[in-house]
Amino acid sequence: MSLLATPLREKHVELGAKLVGFAGWEMPVRYEGIKEEHAAVRTHAGMFDVSHMGQVEVEGPAALAFGQRALSNDVARIEVGGAQYSCLCDEAGGVLDDLFAYRLGGDRYLLVTNSANHTADLAWLGRWSRGFDVAVRDVADRYAMLAVQGPHARAIVARALAIELPSRMRVAAVRIGGRPALACGTGYTGEDGVELLLDPGVAPAIWAELLDAGVVPCGLGARDTLRLEACFHLHGNDLTPERNPIEAGLGWCCAERTGFLGAEAVARARREGTAELLVPFEIEGAGIPRPGNPVLAGGEPAGTVSSGTYSPSLERGIGMAYVRAGLAEPGTAVEIDVRGKLRPARVASKPLYSKER
Amino acid sequence: MTLADASYPDDLRYHDQHDWARIEGDAATFGITWYAQDSLGEVVFYDPPEVGAAIDKDASYAEVESVKAVSDVIAPLSGEIVAVNEALGDAPELVNEDPYGEGWLIRVRLSDPGEADQLLGAAEYRKLLERE
Repeated sequence: MSLLATPLREKHVELGAKLVGFAGWEMPVRYEGIKEEHAAVRTHAGMFDVSHMGQVEVEGPAALAFGQRALSNDVARIEVGGAQYSCLCDEAGGVLDDLFAYRLGGDRYLLVTNSANHTADLAWLGRWSRGFDVAVRDVADRYAMLAVQGPHARAIVARALAIELPSRMRVAAVRIGGRPALACGTGYTGEDGVELLLDPGVAPAIWAELLDAGVVPCGLGARDTLRLEACFHLHGNDLTPERNPIEAGLGWCCAERTGFLGAEAVARARREGTAELLVPFEIEGAGIPRPGNPVLAGGEPAGTVSSGTYSPSLERGIGMAYVRAGLAEPGTAVEIDVRGKLRPARVASKPLYSKER
Repeated sequence: MTLADASYPDDLRYHDQHDWARIEGDAATFGITWYAQDSLGEVVFYDPPEVGAAIDKDASYAEVESVKAVSDVIAPLSGEIVAVNEALGDAPELVNEDPYGEGWLIRVRLSDPGEADQLLGAAEYRKLLERE
């Protein structure tokens, strides 16, 4: 099967991006280099083509009631124009996906899904929406998506596109390139910034405008190093249907009182604790951890790395791992078996990197 | 960082796993090619082998690691390691900036210099890349 192309593919090729297959899409993994792109987002402004991400619209008189059933967080707390992070759980509390829900109107929500899960999410939402007076629509084709992130991102976007941007965790209907669009005060880098959902037809021109305004194009490689420094989960690595939100450290986005699918299992995990917990860690010397690397404590098996990379900000190996619950305290010494070499590491607190540290 | 432009010097011999050898009598210097470093991206870690270790043609003797990926480095020829590039400990990016110069990986005393006949010349290696 051939890979899907975003509306910006030609732009990436023009810039000399290295393209790779990702969740069925041909996506830029880097342009000049991951370290430079990473630094641009930490110090200036970078932009990511994330048009591969999925969008689902939920609309109807029962949109809120259905949201409460389908999503782990308390959807009633989202005001019109608000945003909220949630898990999509199965009946056993396993995490099918993690997503942002934006309330576009009184009975209208937009969910932004991970591309690898989009089709399954749609089927799942469609199935559970029966009995609710609500329409679940795949609107992924309506939007190109650009994440513009970094300390200068907002100022540059507002000026270059002449739009007023919503504050953090808010969404606003705007016009971009003369077409209706959404500006969201969300991101996946640990920096301030916005995510723009815009008409695919105008996306190439907007990309070019932002490039001219000094925004640095960034690929999926930098997106991964940035999100891991900020300890944001990646579904498929740190979240899976075999793990519940409690062991993943996402109890804060689960409101069991709403009776969401999986709430009972999540409540039990919260009450009784889980055998393992997801923890961030730093390698103390040489070595770069990778997903699947075993974690040891006192020479005994203690867990598995779910995400690992080289941190350009900290200049060392970092990651997240599921470890025995007794080892989750920050400061705990562990070892990571990186292809046969035991690398000393220490459980850290979240986030692994922040400007305040 | 200034990345080197694509190049495949004529005075080197190439292994199809994207490694080069600069052969001088029964000694040789090894490294990875421009194509290899470009595929990997910025190298952030090089775990050098031990001086004195024996290496076998076509077998892995070290790992180079970029932000995104780790790659085995394949020995283009057999021999014994007589030096490793210590500078890469602090500056692994030299592999990207100067893959055929400052970014060399190891020096080797060859056990069978005749193996070099099995390696590719620069023109043959370029042809192989066109097919990748």
